[in-house]
Amino acid sequence: MNLKSIRNLFVLSLVLGLMASCGGNKSGAGGPLGAGDAAQKVYVAPGEYDDFYAFLSGGFSGQVSVYGLPSGRLLKVIPVFSLDAEKAWGFNDETKPMLETRHGFIPWDDAHHPELSQTDGVPDGRWLFINANNTPRIARIDLTTFETVEIIELPNSAGNHSSPFTTPNTDYVVAGTRFAVPIPQRDMPINEYAGNFKAALSFVSIADDGRMDIAFQILMPGFNYDLAHSGKGPSDGWMFFSSYNTEESNTLLEVEASKHDKDFIAAINWKMAEQLVADGKFEEMNSPYMVNFYDEHTHMATSETRNSVKTIKAADHPGLVYFMPTPKSPHGVDIDPSGEYIVGSGKLSADLTVHSFTKMKAAIAAEDFEDERYGIPVLNFDATLAGVVKSGGLGPLHTEFDNNGNAYTSFFISSEIVKWKVGTWEVLDRAPCYYSIGHLMVPGGDSKQPWGKYLLALNKITKDRYLPTGPELNQAAQLFDISGGKMQLILDFPTIGEPHYAQAIPADLIIEQQKQIYKLEENMHPYAVKSEDEVKVTREGNVVRIYLTTIRSHFAPDNIEGIMVGDEVHFHVTNLEQDFDVPHGFAIMGAQTSELLIMPGQTESNVWYPKYEGVIPFYCTDFCSALHQEMQGYIRVSAKGSNPELKWWVGTDE
Amino acid sequence: MLAAGLALMLMFAFPLWRITLEAPQYPKGLSMFIWVNKITGSEPSTLQNINIMNHYIGMKAIEPDSIPELQFMQYIIIVFAGLAFLLAWLNKWQANLVWLVILVGAGALAIYDFYLWEYDYGHNLDPHAAIKIEGMAYQPPLIGKKIILNFTALSWPQLGSLFMTLSMILGTLSVFKGRKQKRIIG
Ligand SMILES: [Cu+2]
Repeated sequence: MNLKSIRNLFVLSLVLGLMASCGGNKSGAGGPLGAGDAAQKVYVAPGEYDDFYAFLSGGFSGQVSVYGLPSGRLLKVIPVFSLDAEKAWGFNDETKPMLETRHGFIPWDDAHHPELSQTDGVPDGRWLFINANNTPRIARIDLTTFETVEIIELPNSAGNHSSPFTTPNTDYVVAGTRFAVPIPQRDMPINEYAGNFKAALSFVSIADDGRMDIAFQILMPGFNYDLAHSGKGPSDGWMFFSSYNTEESNTLLEVEASKHDKDFIAAINWKMAEQLVADGKFEEMNSPYMVNFYDEHTHMATSETRNSVKTIKAADHPGLVYFMPTPKSPHGVDIDPSGEYIVGSGKLSADLTVHSFTKMKAAIAAEDFEDERYGIPVLNFDATLAGVVKSGGLGPLHTEFDNNGNAYTSFFISSEIVKWKVGTWEVLDRAPCYYSIGHLMVPGGDSKQPWGKYLLALNKITKDRYLPTGPELNQAAQLFDISGGKMQLILDFPTIGEPHYAQAIPADLIIEQQKQIYKLEENMHPYAVKSEDEVKVTREGNVVRIYLTTIRSHFAPDNIEGIMVGDEVHFHVTNLEQDFDVPHGFAIMGAQTSELLIMPGQTESNVWYPKYEGVIPFYCTDFCSALHQEMQGYIRVSAKGSNPELKWWVGTDE
Repeated sequence: MLAAGLALMLMFAFPLWRITLEAPQYPKGLSMFIWVNKITGSEPSTLQNINIMNHYIGMKAIEPDSIPELQFMQYIIIVFAGLAFLLAWLNKWQANLVWLVILVGAGALAIYDFYLWEYDYGHNLDPHAAIKIEGMAYQPPLIGKKIILNFTALSWPQLGSLFMTLSMILGTLSVFKGRKQKRIIG
């Protein structure tokens, strides 16, 4: 198929897709009978719990949303890369450092791929990682608190898309770059890309306590590394990255980067890279990056700059990297639960290309190379090929697996999921998606032991699926029951932002580890006060610090005098509560920042710059108790330079 | 008598009484355990949480440190247990009977004292309380179940009290046994 015919096909299918979606011919859970059955399958009775926690990336929202499956109920939105005024994320003094980078404070990013930590190739419920695509970073979310606790910046990277995919024991999460750039960055003509730009594949080590560090970066030819997945079982020790734009073009990529009939899946022997680093065979490159860490005991984040990374040039070390030719700009690279098959989804193709790890090893041993690119051997296409799935669809993107030897591939252009048999490559079933599915997710479907049962389709186009809400629509997720032979659509629900990938874990695995409160006696916040006897107001020049406490249903102090126009007033609010689900909020009129929302035992701080004289109210923003509405106070603001005495009280009158 | 003394010592290992407050917002209930020398909760912060609830109705905060019984009750029990060991050695049933009568008296007094504390907490309310309901008292039941506003209060003896009862039973047995032996010997 030549380029022109591909483009024609692309246009045709878009037109067909639009016609289908404009026709008002809505399809769903298979008629009245099917609907009743579906309703039962997703019904979680009031007070009952869902079977799975599902973590959906927020895409351009920058956050992670947590849903229960099969009900599709939204449990929480976890702020990660974007400001969240509701939770004071990026607004209060405690979390502002989390969004610091070498470019300064960044209030937004594009979060694509949530990835659960694994033990022996199976999600273990310790942490969830997620990438920032725009300004390359990886965040780590603690699954005892469902809070973002660490964000690491990735130097030499640009477009952190093939990220953050874990090795089977979470020794590393990897982060490839979808943009090749000059490394180190320098001023040079864009059209000298070919041969000059490089791509860094970062291996971020994860310590036992979760702390992240860039262990090393492998410097690769300047292709665009799109997605990745780790080998497992027999292929443990290898990491596979898909790539496009092996043409190395820098303009009109939709045409220029589609010229090659085949791009590559890069197989990286990361155990060997680890050994090279241990043997000192690396170059230390000066490339500063920031690491932001939130300490649960000080309730505060700090930023640290690290100055260099260990780099390894792929071409310098034979045996480190091999390219497997894979047709049509492969997007997803997915490894089956056995670790033997490497599935490449050529996104402009109708077919899936499946490589065999055993055959790959044999081809390497036999030096069965068809080419070489920048010193890296290109394995003979036929030598690694295990099979082709003749899907009958168009535009395959991603594949997940169930616990019965089946695979499920999403097709964006033909807007469907195709179920096929691993090993025989035979198509077993297909189900339409509404509309244009991107990623799909089976609980544990990228791991050694998928839990199966459900499949979640994450669709890119919503159109008429819900009541219309003006031009902008939430994106649609669709849940399929895959426990039978046929996929059955059982639920449709709107999501937050644009979910790319998702992960899910059985609720049983993490329900018991959930924290209910932070222990007040363990609060090491430098401005915490642990009882009402300790509250105070201090002044140093124009910096005033108000140490407040909250407990149902009052602030201490709730009357404060002695503040002047022009002061910089810091509120340090400690929630003395030690009861589950009793947060208090704090807001003061005219503060150019968000509220504070303080969990039991926690301290949070913000700053207020009073601009006018007067008596200014503050109040609790979280309906904490029967007398929540009475949880309020006043601050008296006097003229600049009037030097009034600092006074504060609660319950008395001075 | 030796066993009766040991049973008394076991009172230190278990709570005497349990008061549980149940409400929709507290699916697991708020449980308070009264021991010979302390008050604990089902969780470390339970007492604080009960006090926060109670302050709305003007009830005094329950502060174990300000309840003198929790200081001296333990010594009384140790004295009773010590006497029991001594009596076991003396082996005089009349002395055992005296010990038993005083112990039962003390037990009854303790329950009455407990009732008085409950009465005090339930009736002696801050006149400036946020929630005031005419004619309402908040005294939890001595034993059994009672609905107090939005809470259902449950009050039941625990193992500690059962061991005290066991001690009394053992004391009674020793008296009977002692009298019987005496008769046989006499
Ligand atoms: Cu409040």
